[in-house]
Amino acid sequence: MREFSYQRATDVDGAVALLDADPDARYLGGGTNLVDLMRTGVERPGRLVDVRELPLDSIESTDDGGLRIGATVTNSELAAHPQVRRRYPALAQAVLAGASGQLRNMATVGGNLLQRTRCAYFTDTSLPCNKRAPGTGCSAATGEHRNHAILGASAHCVAVHPSDMGVALAAFDAVVSYETAEGSGQVALADFYLPVGDTPHRETALPPGALITAVTLPPAPVAAHSRYRKVRERASYAFAIGSAAAALEVADGVVREVRLAFGAVASRPWRAGTAERVLSGRPPVASVFAEAADAELAAAQVLEQNAYKVPLIRNLVVALLTELAEETTR
Amino acid sequence: MTTTAQPTATTARHRSVGVAHTRVEGRDKVTGAARYASEQPFADLAHGWLVLSTAARGRIRAIGEEAVRAMPGVLAVLHSGNAPRVMTDYVSLLGPPDPTNALFQHDRVPHIGWPVALVVAETPEQAREAAEALVVEYEVEPHDVAFHADRPDSYVPDDGNAVLTKGDLEAELAASAVVLDATYTTPEQHHSAMEPHAATARWDGGRLDVLDANQGAMWVADELAKMFSLDPSSVRVRSEHIGGAFGSKGLRPHQVAAVMAATVLQRPVRVALTRRQTFAVTGYRSPTAQRMRLGADPDGRLRAFGHEALNLTSTLRPFVETSAALGRVLYDARAHHTAHRLVDVDMPTPTWMRAPGEAPGSFAVESALDELAERLGMDPIALRARNEPTVGPLSGLPFSSRDLLGCFEEGARRFGWAERDPRPRLRREGRWLLGTGTAAATYPSGAAPSTASVTAEADGTFTVRISAADVGTGARTALTLIAAEALEVEPERVAVRIGDSDFGPAWVAGGSMGTRSWALAVTSAAAELRGRLALGDGEIPPEGITAHTDTAGLLAELAKKERHSFGAQFAEVAVDPATGEIRVRRMLGIFAAGRIINPLTARSQLVGGMVWGLSMALHEEAVRDPASGSHIGADLAGYHVAANADVPVIEADWIEDPVPDDPVGLKGIGEIGIVGVAAAISNAVWHATGVRHRDLPLRPDRVLRAEEARTGA
Repeated sequence: MREFSYQRATDVDGAVALLDADPDARYLGGGTNLVDLMRTGVERPGRLVDVRELPLDSIESTDDGGLRIGATVTNSELAAHPQVRRRYPALAQAVLAGASGQLRNMATVGGNLLQRTRCAYFTDTSLPCNKRAPGTGCSAATGEHRNHAILGASAHCVAVHPSDMGVALAAFDAVVSYETAEGSGQVALADFYLPVGDTPHRETALPPGALITAVTLPPAPVAAHSRYRKVRERASYAFAIGSAAAALEVADGVVREVRLAFGAVASRPWRAGTAERVLSGRPPVASVFAEAADAELAAAQVLEQNAYKVPLIRNLVVALLTELAEETTR
Repeated sequence: MTTTAQPTATTARHRSVGVAHTRVEGRDKVTGAARYASEQPFADLAHGWLVLSTAARGRIRAIGEEAVRAMPGVLAVLHSGNAPRVMTDYVSLLGPPDPTNALFQHDRVPHIGWPVALVVAETPEQAREAAEALVVEYEVEPHDVAFHADRPDSYVPDDGNAVLTKGDLEAELAASAVVLDATYTTPEQHHSAMEPHAATARWDGGRLDVLDANQGAMWVADELAKMFSLDPSSVRVRSEHIGGAFGSKGLRPHQVAAVMAATVLQRPVRVALTRRQTFAVTGYRSPTAQRMRLGADPDGRLRAFGHEALNLTSTLRPFVETSAALGRVLYDARAHHTAHRLVDVDMPTPTWMRAPGEAPGSFAVESALDELAERLGMDPIALRARNEPTVGPLSGLPFSSRDLLGCFEEGARRFGWAERDPRPRLRREGRWLLGTGTAAATYPSGAAPSTASVTAEADGTFTVRISAADVGTGARTALTLIAAEALEVEPERVAVRIGDSDFGPAWVAGGSMGTRSWALAVTSAAAELRGRLALGDGEIPPEGITAHTDTAGLLAELAKKERHSFGAQFAEVAVDPATGEIRVRRMLGIFAAGRIINPLTARSQLVGGMVWGLSMALHEEAVRDPASGSHIGADLAGYHVAANADVPVIEADWIEDPVPDDPVGLKGIGEIGIVGVAAAISNAVWHATGVRHRDLPLRPDRVLRAEEARTGA
């Protein structure tokens, strides 16, 4: 483990300036992922800039009826917030489905978005991995890949993004705000994670040195009727092998609005736009839900060990939407 | 804990053994006052960090020692070119040494994770950074780590117990009305003790002094003495508190490395393993592939009992996972054939892990019995009762005590087994399919020679000294109660000192033999002391009066019998066929395990074993990367053990099980809790879904695939 220096930032400009001055520095949020990676040698920063004390820890309603979530809000605070629970329940459920109580008390919203894949080849520095060491190859594609991507992957990398929170954010069209030495900017979550292609080591659209300051959820009445379900290999404290966030509004016997996103299937939280288009205007019945899931999953490229994710996601979609439909029409 | 009334000798006896007693060191442990092996402060302490091979087979070509020596704080780099030579051609209390301990003796790399160097520095951080910077060049050779049932190069190990046969299996199978022929597999599993291994070695007044966490201080001291060619009396190993062991805490590379470095540097050296290193160098349970062949008459009487178990071992030493052993005890049959085979691969050497043999073996045997019961249209408990032996099925020896059927009877009553509809896939609750299952459990209850001393102190208290180990189970407390009973005094007047090789030879905390072996020694020393006190004038000199015993003679006189504990496991599961998730809803284990010393810690140990079995059924699995041979995900995020949320209501209890000819009436309970649990859960999954699973763990993807196959999707 490399020796590093540590500084606590007290304002956003100061934090950004420190990163700008030192390309060897990293922001430290809750440290629940970065510190692990430093211990195993995957990350070797020379300097840590602790941003946890920055005044970015509030959740506020926006003028248009959305919600602005500060980047240093902890996962626990996010999941417990009354506005989140009432207006975006799937988000609260997703956060609570992740990690453990202790980790959620530490982990921040900004850090959650920037956490790295848990692909075991990525975290073992003795093995080839294009994401960690570009050009060395993807060990998972021909090795162990039971929990790897079925959508949007490439021959260069089949790792999945581990976030639960991000899946709900993707369903609700979240927008990420950031600050750099050159000024502030915004990027939609849909564009936040870069396509894998042949550059799996380039993960986000954030400019170098950018500090995430907030995540904004636009108003979405449909989100008030939403749900998150996570399937994992033990009942708690494990990453998803498949998950889904869904929101549904039914009017006059047909789907009026639907949101659908999947976790643990791709290098990013996967917004299921194709499935949403299939569902729109159709009756809310299991056969239609399955048809929509199949339409989304038609693009799936399965490997030897992860083909089960196709029926898993299909079954999750049908189960979640059926539950939501039964509740709306009750 | 304080009493006002003066207890008489008679009430004191009734107060100790069999009455719940909290751990005597419990307060120290929960307040942090109890120091574990890596927490003892030392002046001038240096820190060693092991460097493990990333090649799965080959030769070390070069070690970039120079660059690392110049790094901050680095004191030494030990490797095959400069390390002290050690002796490895010896036999210890438990057989030949683990090959991984022959540190830095040659430049061969026989498997991944093989220790290739030790970097010693002033701080652990410096040692780690330097160790990770050390460039080791390998001449890599092709490796083979693939394990599967059909390996053509498997062989019968040179071990008298590898194969036991009675009657003609093939003929009896041919004559059977109902036959089952199925193969079951279990994956590579790791001990994953909460406390990672750590040891500190130093030379103190001409003696080697090692602070360690192990299952037998005398065992480790004896091995170190042999390995470093030292007089046994010049080695002292202490192991006061241990945060779990499960078979992995004998002599391991970290102690050897610490002794080497302390010898070279002539200052105290600590070597503590990281979690990942414990996965690499402290042993594991081999994967198994087990073929079961059962043949029965229509009434369920077994004609044929065949169990062939394959496990892997390293190219260095044959290690047999004795999976096929439990059938030799559990069931009678006209023909019995139980056999073990090995295959040598470029993997680390496996070792004992909690319920070695019986844990994976019971998954195969008890799943197969359930499948046979289904084919016979018979209740699984009735099938077991039908094949209950009166003497050892192969040995012909009487049982010291055996009440497997009593366990099933009591378990069935409490679990509500009589109301069970045996047909599968009938019960649904929301998205969950529900089912129940059962399985038998057994584990040998052995004992081995041990020495102990008991001192009557001048202040009226008693001190027991025995080189026992409390690996976290409450052994120190159990021995306190046993000594108090034998001395007919209050437990508060007895101090039990353990975990010090200076107390003399004793059996280890292993094989469910610790408490029984130590209890025999402590009770016989106490009896001798009481005899001497009775002869005396009542005056105790300042140094006290000490009685010392060795149980070798006592044990040699014990009649040869089948000595085992027994149990019946029950489980209820819920399975979501849409997602493959399995949740265990409740478990019940009823055991016949001799006299229970401390109900409080005994229940914990049995429940802990059952949790382990649940974990084995649903979660535990080490995954090897075929290309590199690496264990990938070697940490507690990647190697899943059951989390709290997986653990349902678990009840463990016992029935009376007197062992008339045993001086202490004890059987061990360290392993029996695990045995059969995975089968009970798997049988319950069949009852819930109608699908048989023969490969552990019962992962969601496996359940889903089975559902897809079932519906023909």
